[in-house]
Amino acid sequence: MALDREHLQYPRRGYGMDHDRYDWSMLSQRNPVQWPGGAQLALWVNVGLQFFPLNQQGKPFAVPGGMTMPYPDLRHFSLRDYGNRVGIYRFLRAFDEYGIKPTFAFNTRLAERAPYLLERILARGDEIICHGWDMDSLHYGGMDRQQEAELIERSLGRLRQLSGQAVNGWLSPARNESPHTPDLLAAHGVRYFCDWVNDDMPYVFRTDAGELVAMPLSSELEDSFVIMNNLHSEQSWLEQVSDACDFLLQEARSSGSGRILALNIHPWMLGQPHRIGKLEQALAYIMSRSGVWPASAGEILDAWQRQNK
Amino acid sequence: MKEDPGFYDYWPYENRPRITWPGGARLAFWVAPNIEFYELDPPPNPQRKAWPQPYPAVPGYSIRDYGNRVGHARQMAVLDRFGIRGSISLSTALCDHHPEIIAQCAERNWEFFSHGIYNTRYTYGMSPEQEREMILDSMQSIHRHTGQHCAGYLAPALSHSELTLDLFAEAGTELAGADAGFYTCDLFHDDQPTPIRTRSGKAFASIPYSLEMNDTIAYVVNRIEPRRYGQMLKDNFDRLYREGEVSGTVMCIPTHNYQVSCPHRLHAFEEALEYITGHSDVWVTTGREIARHYLDHHYQQSLADIAARSGGH
Repeated sequence: MALDREHLQYPRRGYGMDHDRYDWSMLSQRNPVQWPGGAQLALWVNVGLQFFPLNQQGKPFAVPGGMTMPYPDLRHFSLRDYGNRVGIYRFLRAFDEYGIKPTFAFNTRLAERAPYLLERILARGDEIICHGWDMDSLHYGGMDRQQEAELIERSLGRLRQLSGQAVNGWLSPARNESPHTPDLLAAHGVRYFCDWVNDDMPYVFRTDAGELVAMPLSSELEDSFVIMNNLHSEQSWLEQVSDACDFLLQEARSSGSGRILALNIHPWMLGQPHRIGKLEQALAYIMSRSGVWPASAGEILDAWQRQNK
Repeated sequence: MKEDPGFYDYWPYENRPRITWPGGARLAFWVAPNIEFYELDPPPNPQRKAWPQPYPAVPGYSIRDYGNRVGHARQMAVLDRFGIRGSISLSTALCDHHPEIIAQCAERNWEFFSHGIYNTRYTYGMSPEQEREMILDSMQSIHRHTGQHCAGYLAPALSHSELTLDLFAEAGTELAGADAGFYTCDLFHDDQPTPIRTRSGKAFASIPYSLEMNDTIAYVVNRIEPRRYGQMLKDNFDRLYREGEVSGTVMCIPTHNYQVSCPHRLHAFEEALEYITGHSDVWVTTGREIARHYLDHHYQQSLADIAARSGGH
C-alpha cells in the first residue's frame, strides 16, 4: 500500500500563497486606512434579496436555504418568498430609524419578478449589487466557461438595465465560484466582489481581465449562518454582533486604522416578527457607539481605494 | 485492523502516584494554536476529500486563510498580554509560505511542533516509508527554520495510521536522540500525561490536548455560542484546578486563528485566559515542557503503578 508519488510532492511550497490570485499580506502589517470624518468603524449592512426557484436543479449542490423536500416544496419556496414580501419592509423601517446606509444584493431574477421592490430600493438611492441570476444558478468548478460567461453577462446586463445603476459589486450565490468566476466578473465591468472571507479589509485580487477588489463580507456573523446553520438563538446573534462591534472598534483605535463591520443579513431570516427586534437592537447598539460610519459597500471601497492606489 | 491501538493499558484516574509540577503548581496550563496551511488544489487522497466543493472551494479555503492574514496577530497579542507562550501545532509548509508568522513566534520563544506538512495531505494510504518521510520532513523543516528539535506531534487533520506514533518517535530519535519526538497530542484518553508504548521502546508520553476545549470542535462541530465557549473554558479549568490539589493535572486550549480570533469570538477567549492565569499555582507553560518534566520525574513511577494495577496483563 502506498500513495502516488504526487502526494509527497509540494510544487507550490514556497513564499506566499499556493496560487496567484492575490499577494500574501498580514492585516497587522498593512498601512493604516482612514475613513471619512475620522470614523473608526465602517458599518456595511448587506441585504441578500434572493429568489429560490421551486424547480431547483441543485447543480452541483442544493443551495443552503433552498428546497429540501420533494417537488413541489411549497414550504421552503413560500418561506423564502416571505422575506421579499414582508420581512424586507420591516428591514427598511429599521434602516431608516437607525440611520443605516444599506447595500442590496439582488438576484437579478428577483429584480425582474418584483418590480415594486426594485423601485422602492432605487427610490431610496441605495446601492445595488448583483447576487447572480437566482439562488439555484450556482457558479462552480467544472462549469463550462462559455456557459458561465453567458450567465454573468445575463445577470449583470439585465440588472443594470432594470436598475439604471452601474452595478459595480458582485456576490455569488452561496459564495461559490468556478476557477474562472473572478476573470469573468472583471471582464464584465465588476469592480469588487464579496465571496472570499479571508480578510477584514479590502484587498486586490488578480484576474486575467485586470484587478478586482475583494470586499470582506463576513460569513461567520451572517444571520443564516448563526441562526440556521449553528442553531444559535436570536439573542446570541445580537451578542455576537455587539461583541464584534466592540472588538473592531477597539482594534481600530489600537491600530490607528479603520475597520469594517460587515453584516450580511436576509429578510427571510431576520425579517420574521420574533427576530426583527434583535436586528433593531443590534443596529441601535452599533449606532450608539462613537466613530461608526454607516456606508454602502461602494462608498467603503472608494474610501479604501483613494488610499490604496 | 486491531481492536485496540495498544498504546497504553487501562489505568484508573483514582489513587495514582502524585504528579507534582514545578513551583508546586496544581495545574499545568498550555495553549496550542494550530497554525495551518490548507492547499487550494491538493492531490486528492483516495480516502478523504479535502473540500466539499469542486475546485476552487472558496468558502473553506478563504476562511482558513483568514486565520493567517488576520487572526494570528490578534491571538498572539492576547497571549502576550497574559504571558502565555504558544505551543504551535504547525503545518510545517507554513515556514515556507508565511515566514513572517514563524519569525514572530520564534521571537517569543514559542514552541513549534509538527502537524504535518499541509493540513490537506492526509496520512491515509501512505506506506510506512512515505509516512516516515513526511514526518521527518516536517521535523526537519521546524529545525531548519527555528533551530528547535520538534518534540511533539499532532497528525495532519488528525489522520493516522497504526504506525504514526512509532514513526514519529523514531524520526525524533534519528533527528536528535531523546531531545526530539517524545510526546503526542493525538490521544484523548486522559487528563494527565500517560506513558505511551512505541515499538522502539523510547520514553514517550501522551500530553492532554483537549478536543472538547478545541475551538474548532466547539464552534464548527458542536456549534457552541462564543460566550458559552468562554464559560466552558472556565468550568473546565475550575474542575481540573480543584483536582490538581491531589495530583497535578493538565489543561490545554487548542485554538485555530480562523475560529477563536474572529471579532465576535476573541473576547470570550481573552476573558477565560484572564480568569485562568489570574489563579495562583498555575504553571503556564508549553507542551514540550510538560512532557519533559513528566518524563524526567514521573514516567518511571507511572509505568510501575500501571504494571502493578494491570492485574498481570
